[in-house]
Formats: sequence, C-alpha cells, structure tokens
Amino acid sequence: MSTEAGTGTATATVNAAAEGRQTERYLSFMLGGEEYGVDILRVQEIKVWDTVTRVPYSPPYVLGVINLRGSIVPVIDLRIRFGLERVTQDATTVIIVVQVPGDRAERTVGMVVDAVADVHDVARQSILPLPDALGPIEKVFVRGLADQGGKLLILLDIESLIVSSLAGESKAVA
Amino acid sequence: MSLDLEMEEIVKIFFAESFEGLDAMESGLLTLDAHADRQTIDTIFRAAHSIKGGAGTFGFLEIAQFAHSVETLLDEMRKGVRCVTHDAVQLLLQSVDVIREMTQFAQAKQPILTARADALSRELARILAQQADRPSVPAPNGVEGWRIQFKPEPTLFKTRNDPIRIFSELSRLGPLEVTPHVDRMPPLGTMDPTLCYLYWTLLIKAPVERTRLVEVFDWVETVSTIVYEPLFGADTAPPPAAPTALKAGTDFGSLRVSTDKVDALINLVGELVITQSMLGRFAEKFAAQDLESLRRGLIQLERNTRELQESVMQIRMLPIGFSFNRFPRLVHDLSRQLGKKVELKLTGENTELDKTVLEKIGDPLVHLVRNALDHGMEPPEQRVAAGKSETGTLELNAFHEGGSIIIEVKDDGAGFNKARILEKGRERGLVPENDALTDEQIYNLIFVAGFSTAAEVSDVSGRGVGMDVVRRNVNDLGGHVQISSAEGIGSTIRIRLPLTLAIIEGQLLRVGKEIYVASLVSIIETVQPTRAQLSVVAGRSEVFKHRDGYLPIIRLHDLFDIEPDSRDIAAGLLVVVEAGGRRASILVDELLAQQQVVIKSLETHFKQVPGLAGAMIHGDGTVALILDVPGLINHFLERQAARIELAA
Repeated sequence: MSTEAGTGTATATVNAAAEGRQTERYLSFMLGGEEYGVDILRVQEIKVWDTVTRVPYSPPYVLGVINLRGSIVPVIDLRIRFGLERVTQDATTVIIVVQVPGDRAERTVGMVVDAVADVHDVARQSILPLPDALGPIEKVFVRGLADQGGKLLILLDIESLIVSSLAGESKAVA
Repeated sequence: MSLDLEMEEIVKIFFAESFEGLDAMESGLLTLDAHADRQTIDTIFRAAHSIKGGAGTFGFLEIAQFAHSVETLLDEMRKGVRCVTHDAVQLLLQSVDVIREMTQFAQAKQPILTARADALSRELARILAQQADRPSVPAPNGVEGWRIQFKPEPTLFKTRNDPIRIFSELSRLGPLEVTPHVDRMPPLGTMDPTLCYLYWTLLIKAPVERTRLVEVFDWVETVSTIVYEPLFGADTAPPPAAPTALKAGTDFGSLRVSTDKVDALINLVGELVITQSMLGRFAEKFAAQDLESLRRGLIQLERNTRELQESVMQIRMLPIGFSFNRFPRLVHDLSRQLGKKVELKLTGENTELDKTVLEKIGDPLVHLVRNALDHGMEPPEQRVAAGKSETGTLELNAFHEGGSIIIEVKDDGAGFNKARILEKGRERGLVPENDALTDEQIYNLIFVAGFSTAAEVSDVSGRGVGMDVVRRNVNDLGGHVQISSAEGIGSTIRIRLPLTLAIIEGQLLRVGKEIYVASLVSIIETVQPTRAQLSVVAGRSEVFKHRDGYLPIIRLHDLFDIEPDSRDIAAGLLVVVEAGGRRASILVDELLAQQQVVIKSLETHFKQVPGLAGAMIHGDGTVALILDVPGLINHFLERQAARIELAA
C-alpha cells in the first residue's frame, strides 16, 4: 500500500514537471478544520508568532504590525477575516508571510493560520468553480476548489484577499 | 570653510551632476535613435538645460553657449516642430561628446578648446536653419553604411597626419570596423619607421552622407587613394540595440561618498574583525579566568558595532546646507545678470536629511530659485514704485515638522499672476473656456510640462522646464509641492518631504500597554496637571490651563482606543506639543526613554494611518508607532467637530 502511494506521488511529480504550467503548486494550511491552499510562488516564508504591535483604526482582523528584518509588515488573522471563532495566539501560532503586488512595489503581509499542512500540486483543469449558491464574499477570496484524494482543498485568491483586507484609508470612527 | 574652498565643493557637484546628465542624455539619445517618444526627449532636454544653467552659473561660458544651441534643437523636437531624424540624433550624440570633453577640460582647470565645438555649432546652426518641419529622412538614398578603402602613400606621416585621428573621427559618425592590411610591410631590417606601410579597409555601419566622409579624409586626400563604396540593406549588420540597461542608471543606488568616509568604515570593519577573532578564541577553549577578557571583548564588540552603525548613518545623513551652499553664488550671479537686487536668507541649514533625498532635491531647488528670481522678483524701480524696499528678499528655509521635512522657497516679489496663468492655460487648451478654477487649480497649471508664461525665452528660464521637474522629483521622493502666493506681496513654495529615510530624536510615551514615539522637536514640555488647571468647555471639550492660555487635551487612549492606566487626567501626564503653529496637550500615562529613532514606513506594506508618521523598531525587535504630531492635532480637531455635529 505504502509503495503504491509512493509511486503515485512520484508519477504525479513527473507529470507535473512534464505538463509545465498545467499544474499549480499550493502551500496548504489548516483553518477551522478546513484545508486552504495559497499559490506557493506568493509565499515568502513561514515564521513563528512574534509580538504584534496594534495599529489604531485597523479592522479587527488586522492584528497589527511586526518587524520583519527591518520592514514594518501588517499581520492579518484569517480566522477573524473569515468570521471564525477567535483563538488566542501563542508561541505555536504560525504566520505565513506572502508577497502580493502593491501600488508601487511588492507588498509583504503576514497571515495568521492554525497550522501549515502540506504542499499540493493541483492540475489546472481539476480546479472546480465555487457553487453558485455561495455568497459574493467567498467568491472574492476563493479562486476555486480542488479535490485532493477525497479531501477538499480551498484555493485562495490571495491577492484579492490581501488587497480587500488592507484597502482603503483608515478612518477613525467618530 | 573659506569661500574658495566652498566654491570648490560646489563646482565639484556641478561636474558630477553634469557627467550624470551627459550619461542620461547619451542613453536617452540612443533610445531615441530606436524610436522617438516624448518622455525621452523631455529627459534629454532637461539634462541639457541643467548643464547649460550650471555651466553659465560657474562661468564656463564656452560650455553654456554650446549647450544652448543643443538645447534649442532639442526644444524644437520637444515641441514637435522638428522631426527626430537619425542625422540629428547623431549630431546630438557628438554634441554630448563635445560637452563632455569641454567639461573634462574645465574640471582639469585647463583652457577649454572649442575647435570641435565650433565645427559642431555650425552643423547645429545649419540644421536649425533648415525647414523645421522637414519630413523624417531615415537614411539618404537607403544607404546604410560605407566600405572605405583607405590606402595612404607611405609618406603619410610626413604630412603630419595621423590615421588614428581619422579613425576616431569616423567612429563618431557610427560604429566603425577597422581592418588593417600588412602586405606592404617590409622585413624588419629594412623598415623605415617614418613611413606608413599599413593600409586599411574601414567599415562604417551608419547611414552617413558621402560628404561627411569626404570631410573626414579632407587632409589626407592628396596623399592617399580612397575608395568609398556604399552598403545597402542586408550588407550591414543590424544596428546595435539601444543599451536599455544604461537607462538613468546613475539615479539609482549611486551615492557619492568621500573616500575618507569609506576608509573610516574599512578601519572600523578591521577592528570588528579583530574583536571577532579575539572572541572566537573563547569558543575553542574557555577557562574561568578568561571571563574578564571575554567581558572586555564583548564591550569592545559593542563599541565597534555602535561606531560602525554611526558611520554608516553618517554616510547617508547630511545637512541640507550642502544643497543650500550653492545658492549664494547662484543668486548673486543671477540677480546681477537680471539687474535685480536680492538678498538671500538661509535658515535651517543644519536640518539633516538622507543623502538620496538631498541629491534629488538639489535640481528642483535650483529651478525654484531661478524662477523666483526671474519671474517673481521685480526690478528695483518697479519695487520702489510698488512701495517695497528696493532689495528683494529670497528665503530658503528647512525644518522638521512632524513626520516631514519642509523646505520653503519664499520671495517677496510680485507673486504669481493668476490671470496670466489662466490665460496661458486657456491658450494651451488646458482649461476649458469659462471654467472657474480655484487658486489651487490655477497654480497647478504651472506644473504642466512645457508651461511657461514668460513672454520671451531667456537664458535663465521661461522655457517651461522646471516646475514639472520639480513636482516630479518631489513626488518621486514621496513628498508634495504646495504653492501659496499673493499678488504684489510674494510667493512661497513649500516642499514637504517624508521623513521615512530620516532619523529623529524621539521621546517614548506609554499609554496603557502601548508605546508611542513623539519627535522631541515637537514637544515643548511635559507637566503633571493639577485639578485646578483642568476645565471642560461646553461640557465636551476638555482644556488645560498652560501658562497664559488654554490648550485642548488630546486623550491618546480615547483617540487610539487603548486601555489606559487611568482615565483621570490628573493621574496622568500632559505632553505639551506644538506643530504647524498650533499647540495642544496629549494625555499619556508615562514618559519613557528618549532615543534616536529611525523612522520606518508604515505605508510600504500597510497603509497610512491618521495621526501616525511611521514606525520604529526597538532594540528587542518589537515595533512602536511614531506619532505625526501635526496630523494628530488635525485629526483630533476633525473628530471633535464630527462629534459635536453628531451630538447636535
């Protein structure tokens, strides 16, 4: 059984290489029991929890900013962003640092997730669109769904997720 | 520093900037040769304009004169009345070489030889005299190059001609391939070193007119056999691609640093290496009695690190005086040239700013000062007639304000003529007829490229270069330009640059569990208020009696939604701040250390936040936010106003 699985993965890798752009590679992480995938080319690094400095007038899901080797980088809590139950961060909390195109240069942003899970190669044609019944909000964040051996992998559109999370002038509430 | 030495410094800057400008022109012209676009022409033109201006200011008249004719040709191209032809571009490239050569002469303090410049000037004049809107002729008769058989008589050298000079002359016309033939060479023993045995095949890959080639060989025609053979199309290799990699390369990442500073750094690094190897020994073998030397080593390491850090900072931070230094001379010369009386006042020369910012702000400031003198300042008679003192005042001020550095160019001249600007704007179709504009919108017209209200183009200004460059440079630095002006009274141009690159003296403040930083310059004092000093106006606005006046109280915990130690003002501290001419007091729980703070941008990866100028990093790696005091006061007042509206 284990041999078979091994061969299977190897074949998948070879296929992936052969098909070139036909497959996309995703880093997956766990959030509220679901597995989400983010385009691995957008991932800069994975780091452990660091003291976050709160920034006034930020939405609740923006926890604040951290010092990433001299750059001031915002940290978003995806649990809060997705309306899941809040969890207190501790030393085991993981931050995935991603880069997305910004107004002038690449923008670096940290995302707090429950745990980093795996790396998946997803064939492009196997990505399914979201069911129509879902709301517009999900459609903005989610690029599609992928079936990975019977398990659902939710592929995030990280760019629009970040842009929508950090967009707009901070306005003080009177 | 003596005046002469100071002057020396400024002239050095001029040379460095000129060479950068020439490089920019060159790479621009090479791009232009491939395909013409407005932006590139503008860039080349501006570079030429700056060189001309600088050369004039420092008395290199030969360069200024020559650059002027180059500029005129470029100006016509820029305005679209002249096509960008290959010939013209070649001519301009040669001109760049000539200017560079002349500048090198000037730099070496040698007399400037103008023979080549004169020849080129004639050529430029010839082109300028031609029908301006002549259609583009890429190559005469489709000729794309020439093969030249050049076989001089062996007696060539005796006519005092040197083939090398001819070749270098040719290479200016286009890419040149030189193939020497040695078959006339006699055996070494019988060779006469005064004779020329070599002859050459020259391949020039440029659509040059035959007459240009004949000109080059003019002097040797009588003593050589020369065959010109035109090349068409496929015979020639494709022209080399424009070296895009060169584009404006000098603007990025280059920092002029004196070798002394670099040497100092090297010494420090040397010390650091010694300390490191000393400490490294302990890793191999450590005995209890080594503890003392370990401690000493660590102290040394700390000192090395600090010194290294300071030296590195030193390289980047310079007082704005470096940029201001050149203005006394410039104003002196210009005002004489224009027949005006002007007194220059400089303040805040010691305001430090990042070297990169300093370098980029130089040109815009020169433009602003020139404009102020040429357009703003009135001639003495006119000033007297207007009831002003005969001598005008031009002020250059630099100071820190909250999260920014402000540089002001202020004159007491005639101010901007709004009607004239509006009229020009209409003429150029920038403003729809009968459209009412606000003052700000009118002043904004000045920033349009090529906009000028000057009736005549003068040596000093009026070509409409300048304000657009000023705005672009300032915007590139993340700042903005603001104009305020009153007709007959004068005008002020304020350049606001972010402090992001700068370092400030910061005061750390604690509110609840959070720490904020305020720039020490904005803090007047900190007081522990007594209840008698506190009152509430109209049941809403809390004020604090400070000396002879009342100051609004900004509850930072309220504004930023922090859980404070105490909401009782009398239990906290009031930090009295002043910014933008306004005072206020900020309620905090505790004052912490004062320290130098490197301002980091919050905007790069996040966004601008009201009341905050940026962030800093503590020694332990955590982040604290820096208050933008003027912004904070504004923000507080807006919020108060909104609250009162809500309540009403």
